[in-house]
Amino acid sequence: MTAPAPEPTLASRAPGAAFIFKKALISALVALVLFSLMIGIRTEAGPTGQLIYWTRFGDLAAMVGAVFGGSIIVELLRQWWGPVGTIRIVPPSVQKTLAVARRGIAPVLLIFTFLVPVIFYNQRYILDLGILVLTYVMLGWGLNVVVGLAGLLDLGYVAFYAVGAYSYALLATNFGLSFWVCLPLAGILAALWGVMLGFPVLRLRGDYLAIVTLAFGEIIRLVIINWQSLTGGPNGVTGIPRPTLFGIPLTPGDDGLAARLGIEFSTTHRIVFLFYLILALALLTNWVTIRLRRLPIGRAWEALREDEVACRALGINTTTTKLTAFATGAMFGGFAGAFFATRQGFISPESFTFQESALVLAIVVLGGMGSQLGVALAALTMIGGFELFRGLDQYRMLVFGVAMVLLMIWRPRGLIGHRAPTVFLRHSQAISSDLVKEGHG
Amino acid sequence: MSGDCILSVDRLTMRFGGIVAVNDLSFGAERRNITALIGPNGAGKTTVFNCITGFYKPTSGAMRLTHDDGRDIRLERLNDFRISKQAKVARTFQNIRLFPGMTALENLMVAQHNALMLASGLTFLGLIGAPSWRSAEKRAIDQATLWLDRIGLLERADDAAGNLPYGDQRRLEIARAMCTEPALLCLDEPAAGLNTRESAALSELLLAIRADHGVSILLIEHDMSVVMEISDHVVVMDYGVKIAEGSPQDVRDDPKVIAAYLGADEEEAIAVMESGT
Repeated sequence: MTAPAPEPTLASRAPGAAFIFKKALISALVALVLFSLMIGIRTEAGPTGQLIYWTRFGDLAAMVGAVFGGSIIVELLRQWWGPVGTIRIVPPSVQKTLAVARRGIAPVLLIFTFLVPVIFYNQRYILDLGILVLTYVMLGWGLNVVVGLAGLLDLGYVAFYAVGAYSYALLATNFGLSFWVCLPLAGILAALWGVMLGFPVLRLRGDYLAIVTLAFGEIIRLVIINWQSLTGGPNGVTGIPRPTLFGIPLTPGDDGLAARLGIEFSTTHRIVFLFYLILALALLTNWVTIRLRRLPIGRAWEALREDEVACRALGINTTTTKLTAFATGAMFGGFAGAFFATRQGFISPESFTFQESALVLAIVVLGGMGSQLGVALAALTMIGGFELFRGLDQYRMLVFGVAMVLLMIWRPRGLIGHRAPTVFLRHSQAISSDLVKEGHG
Repeated sequence: MSGDCILSVDRLTMRFGGIVAVNDLSFGAERRNITALIGPNGAGKTTVFNCITGFYKPTSGAMRLTHDDGRDIRLERLNDFRISKQAKVARTFQNIRLFPGMTALENLMVAQHNALMLASGLTFLGLIGAPSWRSAEKRAIDQATLWLDRIGLLERADDAAGNLPYGDQRRLEIARAMCTEPALLCLDEPAAGLNTRESAALSELLLAIRADHGVSILLIEHDMSVVMEISDHVVVMDYGVKIAEGSPQDVRDDPKVIAAYLGADEEEAIAVMESGT
């Protein structure tokens, strides 16, 4: 399939129409095979246990027809609007407005995030959701260092999240260390795990790297489940201390924050505190990543993603460069894990399944690999959007899936599909995603 | 070959399984000279390059690099990035290997990685924005700007390297190699795919680089006009062995070289030459 010419003639359209028809027919055929048993025949156990079944060929025909029609519509949309990189007829004025909007979106988003606890003070649900979104924003930014900048596909990121969470939980419950002492420790321990993972996978690329990191994520989870004496196994760790405001607990007691300030105690105080805590952690991640990108180490990460052989020819130690990327990403994952533990008060291996890794990776890919703003938007869409569709009940996943597919058709390189240079002489101009490599691991 | 050699390759052999790509090759590259390595396709030129620049570990043989200060470095004992970092040997590639998604300026900044890494206090000083780091970064940008100006790409400094025309990419890759401040610059077919005018500009650039920076150049090239114009010394390879070496003029008139290029027997080639003159 080719992109349509600027002025398509009837002649050039004709093969396109045949192509679309053929494609729709194939889609309909696949749907027929798939749905003939799923929808066409309905079975149920009868009153005496025997199998009764009846056919629903009308529904089946409707479904196949819908797939046929839908396939044609999708193809037409693709041909007319096209994916990124095809000819787009957007007037310059609109493009300029979009560029202004793009510049403005980050500060507006940041100010709004700061105001969320003020605006929604009485809506616990929104605050909780905000904390959840920010946790994933932070995880996304952390993984972005590894996947987006260094181009190393990591499917086991949740392992570092788990190491951070268990580090805090175990240090706090066993040794009574405070959150603020444990936070850096959790980061350092996770970074150490990052280096430990990094060493064996240094020689691997692409698919192989992905599989080993996936296995690493599972190993950590299985160790946590089975090392009962230390981690409590599947029962998890309970009674994890809540964070304090530099030693002042957020409790109703006499020494609590509310009593000291002379205001009435409310459980919302803690939620608001947690909200600003994760916001601060996420912004720290963002700030450090933005700084690192402009330092030689960050440029080396991106160069590694672009061409590893050229890096070696320029005297860049690819081993340490990869390890620092793993360690930095893991450290942020560890911070997020420690926050998760203190927020929940209870952690168990169930929170650290592969699904979490996949979700964070989806956020990074959807956001546009390497783009900080893109990752934040993607986390908002993925986590917030998912909650938004809650009213649709069982269709929620379906709507979500369709939204993802559409996004990948129109923006195959993510929401923010261009790269901003780290240094410039005269003017910084965005680099098209077509040129930027995705890395081979 | 006598004199002051920056690089002396001694009995270099490289085997891939049963195939002998380079067989018992010895040659030297004199300091501040331009040495060309030529030969028909498949003669093993790029393999020699990959051995010198640490991408292959030679089966046997020695490669000695002597710096201006008399420091001797055995290249076969170093590997990977250390060849560039410690031995100060820079290279370019036959098929251009720029960082296409980074700007021309960024490409030249990445090349100064090791110096900048130290200046940024292994990232920590840079993270807090220490003044020493800032001035080091500014110097690095000035250095990159200087090179962009020399190769005539100052106007396109902020363009993605992948968007530059082919000839510009070739020159940018040479500038990037020079930003590592090498003692020996290895160029793998720098004139490949360039037109006559661009080839002439390239020759000029290489001569200027040698004159201004005192760098020695080793190049593989098929474009004989470039080889004949700028090289001081030519080494000819065929089937992994050296078949001739000498000044461009000597090599051009060597019957063995002509035979290798024409694919004819030695006697026939001599016959052809004699009938021609």
